[in-house]
Amino acid sequence: MSKEILLGDEAIGLGAIHAGISGVYGYPGTPSTEIFEFIERKTKKNGDVHAFWSTNEKVAYEEALGMSWAGKRVLVCMKHVGLNVAADAFMNSAVTGTNGGLVLAVADDPGMHSSQNEQDSRYFAQFALIPCFEPKNQQEGYDMMLEAFELSEALEIPVMVRLITRIAHSRSSVDTVEALPQNPLNPSKEIKRWTLLPNNARVQYKHLTEKQPELLKRSENSVHNELELRGTRGVISCGLVENYLRENLDEDHDLSILSIRQYPIPAEKVRTLVEHVDELLILEDGYPLVENTVRGLFGLIGTEVKGRMTGELPRTGELNPDLVRGALGLPKIEAAHSPSTNLALRPPSLCKGCPHTDSFKALNDALNTFEDPQVFSDIGCYTLAALPPLEAVHSCVAMGASIGMAAGAAHAGYSPAVAAIGDSTFSHGGITPMLSAVQQNVNLNVLILDNDTVGMTGTQRSMSTGRALDDIVHGTGIDPEHVRIILPLPKHHDQNVKIMREELAHDGPSVIIARRACIESIKGH
Amino acid sequence: MQKNIILAGVGGQGILSVAYVFDNAALDAGFYFKQAEVHGMAQRGGAVQSNLRYSDAKIHSDLIPEGRCDMVLAVEPLEVMRYWHYLKPDGWVVTSITPFVNIPDYPEIDTLLTDLAAFPNIVMVDTGHLARAAGNLRSQNMVTVGATSNLLDFTEEQLLKHVEGLFARKGEKIVAVNRKAFLYGRAAGAFFRALVDSGLDAFKAAKLCSKIKPETLAVEYAAAWVERLRNNGALLDTILESGSNVSAEGP
Repeated sequence: MSKEILLGDEAIGLGAIHAGISGVYGYPGTPSTEIFEFIERKTKKNGDVHAFWSTNEKVAYEEALGMSWAGKRVLVCMKHVGLNVAADAFMNSAVTGTNGGLVLAVADDPGMHSSQNEQDSRYFAQFALIPCFEPKNQQEGYDMMLEAFELSEALEIPVMVRLITRIAHSRSSVDTVEALPQNPLNPSKEIKRWTLLPNNARVQYKHLTEKQPELLKRSENSVHNELELRGTRGVISCGLVENYLRENLDEDHDLSILSIRQYPIPAEKVRTLVEHVDELLILEDGYPLVENTVRGLFGLIGTEVKGRMTGELPRTGELNPDLVRGALGLPKIEAAHSPSTNLALRPPSLCKGCPHTDSFKALNDALNTFEDPQVFSDIGCYTLAALPPLEAVHSCVAMGASIGMAAGAAHAGYSPAVAAIGDSTFSHGGITPMLSAVQQNVNLNVLILDNDTVGMTGTQRSMSTGRALDDIVHGTGIDPEHVRIILPLPKHHDQNVKIMREELAHDGPSVIIARRACIESIKGH
Repeated sequence: MQKNIILAGVGGQGILSVAYVFDNAALDAGFYFKQAEVHGMAQRGGAVQSNLRYSDAKIHSDLIPEGRCDMVLAVEPLEVMRYWHYLKPDGWVVTSITPFVNIPDYPEIDTLLTDLAAFPNIVMVDTGHLARAAGNLRSQNMVTVGATSNLLDFTEEQLLKHVEGLFARKGEKIVAVNRKAFLYGRAAGAFFRALVDSGLDAFKAAKLCSKIKPETLAVEYAAAWVERLRNNGALLDTILESGSNVSAEGP
């Protein structure tokens, strides 16, 4: 047993290593990235855990399912919106079930620190009919990984561990245990279970539903779902929000508290609490899942249910000790008197010397003959070009959406339809809409910002950069004359503007690859 | 005992390195600790902070509640301003006075410093001046660690051990620079407080410290400076306008 300082993400990673995983899969995305990176770093020397970033979350999930099929334990990790990409494989893996233990660690981002939405992955667990753990601290995150793998193998079901940014990116010390050995290779030969033809799928889906009472029983008996009955004011807290509650309470408080950290929701414990109290405050980060479930359509007779839906807490955003304090009706704590200095905001920006800056300066000039041109963009550092001073891009929706949206806009008659996308985002979600656009001969211009890395999440390896990227682009069947490569540097500005203008004038699909390595990645290596 | 500290700065200034030193010192000292930080988009030159808590008893929340923060430690002066509502009325501010200007509406620096200087429990150090003297402008974060060190529950050795550990893989030269930055920060923080405690206005004390040769800093010279400046109203301006730094022993 030893003690280590770990980020929540790292505690999840170490828990998975000690649970005996043979592989980790994922695609970088804040706040989940450090789970994979930690495992990659920790196991590099021995080389006994497969750790190689996947092209996207769906691929990652499928690779993980294959490793599970082969009988080995496997972790797959991603951010909440990544699970949307992986959803097809994810939902159906609940139906096939697993062989070797399969745990999905998914990191939600309440408050949208670094995301386009704050969707709550607990709904995905509920949707897929699988169990979900929600640790309240780093130690519990570590411990839950060992439990999650056991549960996955015991019931042949994928298990979700749901993190949120606050635990993913918070450090504390963690006590660790001896690592378990890895499973031997033991491929599943239950062909019908893995072949979800309708006849087989109906059987499998029924199996999945039959597992539900056992999952509920485990939730009811879980040490992570603690019920403490005191006075007639009740609180249900989910995951780490219990910490915000305890922060505001003395030892001799008179609240009755149910802390939920394992799902499905332990209904019997909730019922016991509800029968004991007159009013019930529900504290959860993300969506009001438990709150809406407990209240139902018609509310509870004799118990007032309060939470995000009734104004005690804001409907959106991350919770914190102060919001919980307010919801408990406690007075504000006095703070230091603040001076009146006008507080200028300091938003993030592209790094000094970033190649994207030169690419977008050229694009802005190339487009200046059009009236108010709109550029569809994607998800990466280059999305920061939406902010002043560049203000060069005008959308950011989903990985790869720049190209699909530009194509749709072009179909509708919008011109010039310009998409800006990074090299890694292109491999993640840009290839298929690009192929579609070329095959349909859509009049659009795709600017691929090839900086040789996944920049925003900390310079991970990109799958389609340099020659590989060029080959993929050509492989769509695009006219090679309209694939242009430029070097985004201030001294090439005029030439780059000229090339962009030529391609904007072309009626048909064109690709401009702006190729220069990320300066952060150069610094790092 | 519980200490709640907000580490503040701009993405790229090395807030997480500051946190590393305190986390490890807290673990060594046998304290419970939690430290929440910012990754991702804001790290690209945006405002970043880290909530650091250590205690001899169990800590619940990763986030520091409003009004419960004992100290704001800022590697950049404007960044202090974002966190007043977390600070206890008798809390401390330890801040760099070296601005990091990457936004168009950055306030006028002396106005900002005057506002900060009005807060009684403050330590102001010119991290740019001290880090440059230590050998690398990037070591400003370790200057602030040093400036804070007199107010925390760790010995100089406990902190220095992890300053060295943090930079060990970058080679001896970088270790030496950061060690020096820490020690200059520690001396400058103490000297600043000695000036203020001897009756000098905090703004003037900060300005004076930014012109003193860091290797000469020692608290026993502080009272004489307060006397000197009281007797000669033009002395501070003369020193500030001169191109060279002065010894702490006297001009």
